[in-house]
Amino acid sequence: MAELIALSPLAGHLPLTVGQFMLTEAYLGPIHSVAPLPGRRAALDAALLAAGLVFPAPCEIREGTGCRLVWAGRDLAFLMGVAPTEAVCAAAAVTDQTDGWAALRLAGPGIADVLARLVPIDCREGALPPGRAARTQINHMPGLLLREGAEAIVLMTFRSMAATLVHEVAEAARRVAARD
Amino acid sequence: MRIPCPHCGTRDRREFYYYGADDYLRRPAADAAPAAWDAYLHLRDNPAGRLRDLWYHEPCGSWIAVDRDTVSHDIHGAVAVADLGGGRT
Ligand SMILES: [Zn+2]
Repeated sequence: MAELIALSPLAGHLPLTVGQFMLTEAYLGPIHSVAPLPGRRAALDAALLAAGLVFPAPCEIREGTGCRLVWAGRDLAFLMGVAPTEAVCAAAAVTDQTDGWAALRLAGPGIADVLARLVPIDCREGALPPGRAARTQINHMPGLLLREGAEAIVLMTFRSMAATLVHEVAEAARRVAARD
Repeated sequence: MRIPCPHCGTRDRREFYYYGADDYLRRPAADAAPAAWDAYLHLRDNPAGRLRDLWYHEPCGSWIAVDRDTVSHDIHGAVAVADLGGGRT
């Protein structure tokens, strides 16, 4: 049988350094969507608590041990970093989306200026502080943004748009860097 | 134009899809008179002023009912349609 070589979604595209900005692939581990089943919210909360997690409020990232639970929409969160426990799977509709997403980490001073060219929300630290997530658009692509630190934001979009994601972010970074 | 999503906060209009008047939330019973179904499907007010209509916030997957003014363009608020009840559970 042929030996297949697994490639990450942004392999061959990143890393890139553009002026003061660093674009790298973010390795988030397994990604599972977790949607509470009707009437099972209390059971889900208990199952999550046993795993050291809390279901996030809108736009919130909850950190666990080696994992995080990110708000990803109405009654929806993404568990990243670990596989869900059986108890979680019993109380929620769970789908493995690991291979469905491409995640780019944009880092450096002034990343909000880059995102201002692509994203229709305020990505400055005051409006999107560490620990916050946002479902929004990355130019014409649907996206999920994770604020990790003062100078680091992870941009996620569907894997089918991986190369476009890199192109759009690199181009915006280039234009911001050119102004200095 | 910016619309307040009850989950995500105030967002740019380009993140939303328009559906129509909130009449769509008041579906007649299956055995209602034909006139009620006719009104539900076809008859709409066209007010100059306050109205409530339905929008979809695509990024977070929420239907919302927006209270706005077609004259002043003020947006007076929005609620998640799911929180209004009336749907299947
Ligand atoms: Zn929203």
